[in-house]
Amino acid sequence: MATINSGIETPTLWFEDVAIGDELPEVEKTPDTRQLVMYAGASQDFVAIHYDHKVAAEAGHPKVIIHGALKSAWLGELVTSWIGSTGRLLELDVSYRAIDFPDDIATCVGKVTDTRTEDGVGLVELEIGLRNPDDLITTPGRALVSLPTKTAFS
Amino acid sequence: MASQMGCKQADATRWGERLRNNWRNILMTTSETSNDTVITDELKSFIGLDSRSATYDIERHAVERFACAIGDPNPLYSDQNAARSSSYGGLIAPPTFFRSLLPGGYSKSFPEPFAHILDGGSKYRYHEPVRVGDQITVVRKITDLFEKHGRMGAMLFKVTEISYTNQHDQLVATQATTTITYGTGEKDSGVGDH
Repeated sequence: MATINSGIETPTLWFEDVAIGDELPEVEKTPDTRQLVMYAGASQDFVAIHYDHKVAAEAGHPKVIIHGALKSAWLGELVTSWIGSTGRLLELDVSYRAIDFPDDIATCVGKVTDTRTEDGVGLVELEIGLRNPDDLITTPGRALVSLPTKTAFS
Repeated sequence: MASQMGCKQADATRWGERLRNNWRNILMTTSETSNDTVITDELKSFIGLDSRSATYDIERHAVERFACAIGDPNPLYSDQNAARSSSYGGLIAPPTFFRSLLPGGYSKSFPEPFAHILDGGSKYRYHEPVRVGDQITVVRKITDLFEKHGRMGAMLFKVTEISYTNQHDQLVATQATTTITYGTGEKDSGVGDH
């Protein structure tokens, strides 16, 4: 399990300050087609349905669709921005249940479902998801993070 | 502005509804078994087979470009000074940066029976950070193949586990992906590569 070199930096989030039911600050994204093209280039994912309107139309979509993996990246940001640079992301599971489109507001949400300590490491289980403008979670997921404990730090 | 946004969203909403139903119809399964399976012995022979490895130098600008493409402003990915004074001690890559590190191909070509591809999702397990300057070796292996039947006919589910190992021989992460292929006709670009 990743250990944290604690001497260098003061944590912004402590394990002791997290409780089951806590909600993560939401992360809102409004991607445009330009961002999809940037993502295609950066990730080397050139499946045409993400940049070619004709291909998207043939598949029955009104416009190109967002890469599932880009939605994962946003959910990663949701979690890593919450834990700060002294927390560690250990597990990230994301499932693409429905399509999302550019120019829609995509809101990343998350809440704490479990907290426990193992060998002095504070572990926090999260339920996360991407919510579309219809209030539906199109992309549910979960994450496991470790956070510094005050006892281990002092 | 607000009302304009509202209109646009309402419009997108209707489309969204229609498409979600469409999507559900694709994925809705009627039965799990069929006599004429697409999972031939040849396909089965890919289960457990390691791909060729591919090794990547984790280059600062590639990490920065990826962070920019996903729109993540975290300074750990681009600000050397901030990253150096963090608990990581230097620049690291975002959690899904692995998507840009494509694994090598298999020694034989996967006889993909279908034309269209959907990404079902990913499960990442992280053990060590990926640092700028690392060398990461990527190998994939198909761990499961199964078939379902829906409105669009047969669908092939392929579970692939991708491992990422650094220059110190440490397994830094794994990603288990589920890809779904279905339908006939002209093959989507990249359908055989995932």
